[in-house]
Amino acid sequence: MIDFGYTIWIPLIPFFMFLILGLFGGKMKPMISGYLGTLGLLVTTVLSFFAAYQYFFQRTGEEAFEKIIASNTVWLNITDKLHIDVGVMLDPISVMMLIVVSTVSFMVHIYSLGYMKGDFGFSRFYSFLSLFSFSMYSLVVATNLFQMYMCWELVGVSSYLLISFYYEKPSAVLAGKKAFIVTRFADLGFLIGILILSYISGTFDFEELTNPEGAMISQGTALTFMGFSAISVALTLIFIGGAGKSAMFPLHIWLPDAMEGPTPVSALIHAATMVVAGVFLVARLFPLYYLGAPDVLTIVAYVGGFTSLFAAIIACTQLDIKRVLAFSTMSQIGYMMLALGVSGYGDHDGLGFMASMFHLFTHAMFKALLFLGAGAIIHSVHSNMMTDMGGLRKYLPITHITFLIACLTIAGIPPFSGFFSKDEILVAAFHHDKVLFFIEWAVAGITAFYMFRLYFVVFWGKETHYHHTPHESPLTMTIPLMILALASIFSGFIPFNELVTSDGHGFHIHTEWAIAIPSILVGIVGIAVAWIFYKKESGIPAKLAASLKLLYVGSFNKFYIDELYMFITKKIIFNRISAPIAWFDRHVVDASMNGIAWVTNSISDQIKELQSGQLQKYGYVFISGVILLTFAFVYLWFN
Amino acid sequence: MLSQIPLSYFLVVSTLMFFIGIYGFLTRKNLITILMAIELILNSVNINFVAFNRYLYPDQLQGHFFSLFIIAVAAAEAAVAIAIIISVYRQYFNIDVERVDTMKY
Repeated sequence: MIDFGYTIWIPLIPFFMFLILGLFGGKMKPMISGYLGTLGLLVTTVLSFFAAYQYFFQRTGEEAFEKIIASNTVWLNITDKLHIDVGVMLDPISVMMLIVVSTVSFMVHIYSLGYMKGDFGFSRFYSFLSLFSFSMYSLVVATNLFQMYMCWELVGVSSYLLISFYYEKPSAVLAGKKAFIVTRFADLGFLIGILILSYISGTFDFEELTNPEGAMISQGTALTFMGFSAISVALTLIFIGGAGKSAMFPLHIWLPDAMEGPTPVSALIHAATMVVAGVFLVARLFPLYYLGAPDVLTIVAYVGGFTSLFAAIIACTQLDIKRVLAFSTMSQIGYMMLALGVSGYGDHDGLGFMASMFHLFTHAMFKALLFLGAGAIIHSVHSNMMTDMGGLRKYLPITHITFLIACLTIAGIPPFSGFFSKDEILVAAFHHDKVLFFIEWAVAGITAFYMFRLYFVVFWGKETHYHHTPHESPLTMTIPLMILALASIFSGFIPFNELVTSDGHGFHIHTEWAIAIPSILVGIVGIAVAWIFYKKESGIPAKLAASLKLLYVGSFNKFYIDELYMFITKKIIFNRISAPIAWFDRHVVDASMNGIAWVTNSISDQIKELQSGQLQKYGYVFISGVILLTFAFVYLWFN
Repeated sequence: MLSQIPLSYFLVVSTLMFFIGIYGFLTRKNLITILMAIELILNSVNINFVAFNRYLYPDQLQGHFFSLFIIAVAAAEAAVAIAIIISVYRQYFNIDVERVDTMKY
């Protein structure tokens, strides 16, 4: 048995970095705090990789991967049985997430040394990054639901802090608030779900909750609530929390706005790690979902499928390159959710689960690469808008090549990693639900189209007039790009079917060419269409937009979901419900209290003259009182 | 000799003194006169004590002691009262009771 006790330092080192940079960062030279934060992340990255190596490749024999509790402390005793622990649990998905988080986070730390150089609040930026890394590490290694929930909120806070990092910009402040409020609203569902689950099972512990032979599943299905089993209600609520964090329709509205944050933050939080926390949550509780409430998994699958189609359509018309990437992220997370939704449990049935985790991994690499590439472009052009770009391949050779690799990866062209993971998802969907399969197949084509639209417009297309010649970014920015490009190319060859599976047992997969070939073809068609439309300037996109005017306008305006939310909150909730309640409060509740105070005040005005300060007046009153009492007394006495 | 005078005579005298004192207390504006009026009230009570003691319980002395005690206390009280009056004079430059009305609403 290997001792994994050292893994407790993986979350703790970024935490101490956060404290040091947060408390003393202002006194340091900015670059020193940057190097310090990066060094801390380097140590945790080494530890994570070492832990992954030990976990996956130094096990004894060929038995299944176990859940290993590396360290555990009781943090709060609620009852003898129910207690909240804080600890580190290692299992295939948490170890995989450790790799994802540390790789992307480390790359982003290095990249930000160049990208954020000279920005106001450089050390503040690094302390927030450390806080985020700490929260995300603790989230993925959580031993119980409650620890996960705490860290879930902590990543929400870090996300808020980093989105509104440029706090002088009103749009950034608004975007931060929006992200926080929307996800917090969804987290309410998560919290209620946790309470119901812990009420049924009397535990927060993942090991007990997800044990397929455990009492939880049989007990949970027996209890019913409004015709649904309690466990389905709880798991649906938990999924709402996950959907909020992972920007699933209709709780996705915060993600496009979150792009107001610095680009490295978008790469780390809003592409690779935090937004997949919802997928991770469902995967973490997967046995419970599959064995306890399979209906909820159908909801998960359809929400994922719909979101992926919806976001892909919007991504085709957006002009801000970061927003295109944000919608693409939503679309890809939709894939992951769908894969979980169509998955079974155990051995080859768990293909969807494996595919989802596989896609999570590859997506983290290529989407971080896309965002960091976009950051490099923005850094040299000083604009987010695609209309300000064009012909950049001559000026930014490294960014161009790495961006092309990422685009090919997301389009699902073999042998890049995206092909393998997406193919597994399509196979899993095909064997479960043909409708979902065709949606995802179409989305694969749309994905290829909008990514190459971005690529052709930015790197080919007509050269616009630049204020100064764009130049390639410094090495601190290009090296992470190259490393992530290598990861995007080769991570497809990681044998996920042996390592990360629903029940810990490896299984064999074989490429189903009947599905792989159409998916490659649709990707190539998407690229070809983008080539025709955007390689050179042509009138076709404008004509097409005119003929599909309704779809184009809807997609360009993100199908008016934001406006719908504004309508519901402002016109209905604020004006129709909140305003009358506020009126009632002001004119009835407050007014009655004010009325009592006013009456008391005016009466006291009338009678306060009695206290005149004239000693002899008091004497008159006192003595006349005594005399009256005497007469009364004498009268009563003698009758 | 004293026993020929009925108790009611003493009571009439003390009542008169008491109400003269009350009258002075309520009508005079000068603080010193008010103090003198209060002394009158006290002394009318003393007369009552002594008279009742003499006529109701001639073989006991509590009434006498009580009136002696009151005289002693009244002396101390007069000292305190005059000290207060001096302080009032220092504050207001007169000792008119109607001017001392700071403690009102």
